[in-house]
Amino acid sequence: MAALTRKDVLEIAHLARLHLEPDEADRLSGELSSILEHMEQLGAIDTEGVEPMTHAVPMRLRLRPDEVEPSLPVEEAVGAAPDRAGDLFQVPHIIRSGTAGSGSGS
Amino acid sequence: MSAPLHYLPAVQIARMVRERTVSAREVTQAHLDRIAAVDGRLGAFRHIDAEGALRRAGEIDGALAAGSSPGPLAGVPVALKDILVTRGMPTTAGSRILEGWIPPYDATVVERLRGAGAVLLGKLNMDEFAMGSSNESSAYHPCRNPWDLDRVPGGSSGGSAAAVAAGLCAGSLGTDTGGSIRQPASLCGVVGLKPTYGRVSRYGVIAFASSLDQVGPLARTVADAALLLEVIAGFDPRDSTSIDEASPRFAAALGGDLRGLTIGRPRELELPGVDPEVASEVDRALATLVDLGASVREVSLPHVQHSLATYYLIAPAEASSNLARYDGVRYGARAAAPGQSLLEMYCRTRGAGFGPEVKRRIMLGTFALRSGYYDAYYLKAQKVRALIARDYQRALAEVDLIASPTSPTAAFRLGERSSDPLAMYLADVFTLSCNLAGLPGISVPCGQTGAGLPVGLQLCGRPLDEATLIRAASAFEAASGPVRHPPEANLTGGAA
Repeated sequence: MAALTRKDVLEIAHLARLHLEPDEADRLSGELSSILEHMEQLGAIDTEGVEPMTHAVPMRLRLRPDEVEPSLPVEEAVGAAPDRAGDLFQVPHIIRSGTAGSGSGS
Repeated sequence: MSAPLHYLPAVQIARMVRERTVSAREVTQAHLDRIAAVDGRLGAFRHIDAEGALRRAGEIDGALAAGSSPGPLAGVPVALKDILVTRGMPTTAGSRILEGWIPPYDATVVERLRGAGAVLLGKLNMDEFAMGSSNESSAYHPCRNPWDLDRVPGGSSGGSAAAVAAGLCAGSLGTDTGGSIRQPASLCGVVGLKPTYGRVSRYGVIAFASSLDQVGPLARTVADAALLLEVIAGFDPRDSTSIDEASPRFAAALGGDLRGLTIGRPRELELPGVDPEVASEVDRALATLVDLGASVREVSLPHVQHSLATYYLIAPAEASSNLARYDGVRYGARAAAPGQSLLEMYCRTRGAGFGPEVKRRIMLGTFALRSGYYDAYYLKAQKVRALIARDYQRALAEVDLIASPTSPTAAFRLGERSSDPLAMYLADVFTLSCNLAGLPGISVPCGQTGAGLPVGLQLCGRPLDEATLIRAASAFEAASGPVRHPPEANLTGGAA
């Protein structure tokens, strides 16, 4: 069940937004298959009626008062961006159209 | 001969600085000199802030001269795992994807250390995004074990453990998701404490697996670890999972005897892969605890053998989600050739910015969360996690603490396990279950192998009962004789 083919690996990599070199994809298919084989033992454990544990300690989410507090100044918030245009983060084209758009990352 | 300044305990430094028998500047300079002499061989530091440290030390001396109190860590030189964000100081989490990033804010624990008068020396090496047990997955450089430079310091807080062991700082902070404080503490012969989940704020801690991550201290003595914990622990409204509970004065737990204390040994943790030398040191440690008044009995944790499989589904699943934020848009690095589209830029940036272990775990986590596999893998693991937590709850109703080795072996050689991910994951077989159950745990040095490598005893306790860990570990430490330091010849090339 858990043997991952190269095709599976590339599909998962796409979901994870991860570019893999061909040798990486080959290596990962072997490594992930053997790790998942080790995980198979969980299938044999009886968990009928067991509530999944979603957090380390039981707790209720806390609400805080809805008050305006100071936030990061714009310059500090965008200051570490790899590419920016003024106060904006700049990225490559999201949508291409026939006419020249603004916001090219190159 | 008195101990050199770089091997003075934090408690003693704070007292001497407050009494002005030594200045914070002298202490800081001694540690900076020690770093300059030793770290070229060790590789424990990622970033050294000599100027900032000396300036801060000067401020503390100035405050004392003016009659004000700089706090419980007055002039104590502390260094931070590079996963804790520090305002104005580079923070990489050991990854290329954060190379050059200078955070605009401080983690709560960093704020608290500064507020308590600590002098922050810099940032410490670690496995990339805390994923590893040997520090070898650092994208920058390996860190070596001060007891044997051909061996790993453990991980992921490898730099935090090595720096403390070699006297490069009086104490450090690490993070522990599956053993990343306790295992390197054990391999480097220092004390490492993972608090109860929620005891210490995670605000400003770069997230790996949010239901498991916890910050804690590494130090050469239990008293120093208790002092550091006292400063960093406590409620923080900025962390939604912070427990709203006052922290006790942990120092009050030091030094008592152990009459009435019951320690459990889980029969399921008598594993075949444990090095016989490690097993015999741990047996001797338990005999010492009995001599000190504790009683030891067998307990059962029927599901604990499944901790490794459970952990390596839950932690990568949470990591794959947490690490989605590194996309080359808002901060951190973007691929040099980002391609023509936004999607390509994401993929290329992440492909170039993450190392092999991080990619492996993102892939594993994405698989476990994937539609069609979620129930069989992630949900199943969360149910088994509940069974493991229930085992601990039952056992800790009968005993006060649960004892085991911290790590099945002493420090292994660099490169020895780096080609076999599963063999590496087994290094955490004793520590992971504490994180899954949300419990506090401590590793305290308990002897050495024939080759002179440190061995650690792990004690695991009830939720929010760090005080009992501290009480037992400090009594054991006192019975074990003076703190041992690694061979000086390894560190400076000179004679001991």
